[in-house]
Amino acid sequence: MTKIQTYSAALLSLPFTLVIGLFFVLPLLLVVMVSFWDYTSYSIIPDFIFTNYEDIFYGCIGKLPSLCTAFSTYLSTIKFVFITWAVTLVVGFLVALFLAFCVRSLPMQVALFLLCTIPFWTSNVIRMISWIPLLGRNGLINTGLVDVGLIESPLEWLLYSEFAVVVAFVHLYTLFMVVPIFNSMMRIDRSLLEAAYDAGASTWQALTNVVIPLCRPGIIIGSIFVVTIVMGDFITIGVMGGQQIASVGKIINVEMQYLQFPAAAANAVILIITTLLIIYGMTRIVDVRKEL
Amino acid sequence: MAKTLSRRTMLKTTGAAAAFTGVSLSAPNVIRANDKVVRYLGTATTMGSEIDKKLFEDTGIKVQYIPVTTDEVTKRVLTQPNSFDIVDTEYFSLPKLVPSGNILGMDSTRISQFDKISTTHTLGEIGGKKIGDQGTAPKKVFYLKDEFSNEFSDEPTRWATLIPTVFNADTLGIRPDLIGRPISTWAELLNPEFKGKASILNIPSIGIMDAAMVVESMGEYQYPDKGNMTREEIDLTIDILIEAKQQGHFRALWSDFNESVNLMASGEVVIQSMWSPAITAVRTQGIPCVYQPLKEGYRAWAVGFALSAATKGYQADVCYEFINWYLSGFVGGHLNRQGYYSAVPSTAKEYMADYEWDYWMLGKPATQDIMAPDGKKLAGAGEVRDGGSFEERMGGVACWNATMDENRYMVRKWNEFVAA
Repeated sequence: MTKIQTYSAALLSLPFTLVIGLFFVLPLLLVVMVSFWDYTSYSIIPDFIFTNYEDIFYGCIGKLPSLCTAFSTYLSTIKFVFITWAVTLVVGFLVALFLAFCVRSLPMQVALFLLCTIPFWTSNVIRMISWIPLLGRNGLINTGLVDVGLIESPLEWLLYSEFAVVVAFVHLYTLFMVVPIFNSMMRIDRSLLEAAYDAGASTWQALTNVVIPLCRPGIIIGSIFVVTIVMGDFITIGVMGGQQIASVGKIINVEMQYLQFPAAAANAVILIITTLLIIYGMTRIVDVRKEL
Repeated sequence: MAKTLSRRTMLKTTGAAAAFTGVSLSAPNVIRANDKVVRYLGTATTMGSEIDKKLFEDTGIKVQYIPVTTDEVTKRVLTQPNSFDIVDTEYFSLPKLVPSGNILGMDSTRISQFDKISTTHTLGEIGGKKIGDQGTAPKKVFYLKDEFSNEFSDEPTRWATLIPTVFNADTLGIRPDLIGRPISTWAELLNPEFKGKASILNIPSIGIMDAAMVVESMGEYQYPDKGNMTREEIDLTIDILIEAKQQGHFRALWSDFNESVNLMASGEVVIQSMWSPAITAVRTQGIPCVYQPLKEGYRAWAVGFALSAATKGYQADVCYEFINWYLSGFVGGHLNRQGYYSAVPSTAKEYMADYEWDYWMLGKPATQDIMAPDGKKLAGAGEVRDGGSFEERMGGVACWNATMDENRYMVRKWNEFVAA
């Protein structure tokens, strides 16, 4: 490689490097730095202390086997991540499968795909809140079930519960799964399927041996979307869980409101590390870069 | 026409001044004189379009809002003191705000109604009777040592921390139709009878006070000062909340005014921490809702105005004019009709009909329909205000919203409660 080529490569990547450096790496470094600072109720003080991290894990060892705030919060968040991931994966995969293979004409595919995006015309919060009149104690579902005589008293667990949170998550984020999987499926060479059938594969075998392996990058990308969004979410958990279910995001939010920026920064660092670990684990299963 | 005239006079005067001093830098003043704008930072719950309109008619001042939540107000004062002229904040935020030096002492000699401010603030008494002063009671943080001081003064000085505007006594809100029996004590909030139908507010500094009222009335513990708990007291209080939460006692927690209205109006919750205008909002929907007086007393709060340290000269004059207008009665009457109390009751009275004053302030039965400021019916003839008169309600105050010394620990424990 000549010198000019080296320079031009560096030059070409410069704008992107600058943007990432200024708006991503630098703020992140600042967060890490502030997480070691001290604070009072009205100021933050440059320092290098571990109190913020100690506060997060306060009582985590001593209290065992009962869980400390940090562990139980992360456990509950990871539980939501897993359930939401599993449900959106199944639903998203089926929707994508239908769009890619069952719908034959391209205009129809485009039309149906656009149909999937219609809910996104309203804001996240409105889509979430619209569940409340449906699921409430005197909501549509409960009144309906009571009127029909299926239940005697309203089901309390429909709203302000983990169930409600999962419903909202699935509703909000399934599309993030559909899009990348659909994209992967559209790129599968149809002759591969014909070959599979010619070789005597059943529909199920063709699905598990041809379609799913070829969709892996789409599945992983969709999973990364869903996992990162759910890990950091606190609004959905707050609204649908009646603010009674803890989330890491909510803890950070409360600390920010009380000007405890260093504590919030420390929590954010832990959250980022946890999320990165999960994503690292996922990319270990599939080398996304190679597959793309 | 009047505007052009005043502009001309203004031009003349400033022109003369410029000629006199030999500088021509006074030009910006001309523009500002015709454009009296106050950048207002606060929750804006005690403002509104009617107030804006009347303010502009009377003084020509326009308000530019920076509406944020209570906690956000504090954050903004500390981090962006140049972004506002005047801040509308709670007395309990002062222990955080004053040390920062970002707000100035308010010159009481420039406030025409200063000597008429309610004694609940200045002396901590009402009708000559002492009221509860646990927590950050206004009288503890009412004065500064001098204009630029970062310390509170026990003795009256010329410099006030805030010019008080509005205050009230908070208690629990209930749905009498769904409860069907009298409620008379804070302990009812954790009564197992209301399992899955209760709520407490998820704003740690206020929620902990409501919780403390409950703990005391359950007979679990007597706090020396609810507004300034020790770590052990915080642990005890939060543990009781956690136990209740784990038994599924709370239907939800709320942190936004509208959430509390929805929880109550939909019947998801029948007893909860609540704020006065939220009760009004439920009632104007035609749903029965009572701001229940309780035998242990009320949790009180008070708000007021302060100027940013960056607000000087002409801009400060406009702000003082705004504050003086705010206390001159129109706003007071408007707020009193929503169930709040104006910090200068005597001027508010001039803007209220006698039957309104009798109902809201004297606790007498209404002689005709009582209307909310938006014209919706709040109470019919013969009804009495929940909790009675001004003196009865404010006289029954047990504690004030507070910032504790152990605030940092308290917030951490509160997060534990939410996570439990």
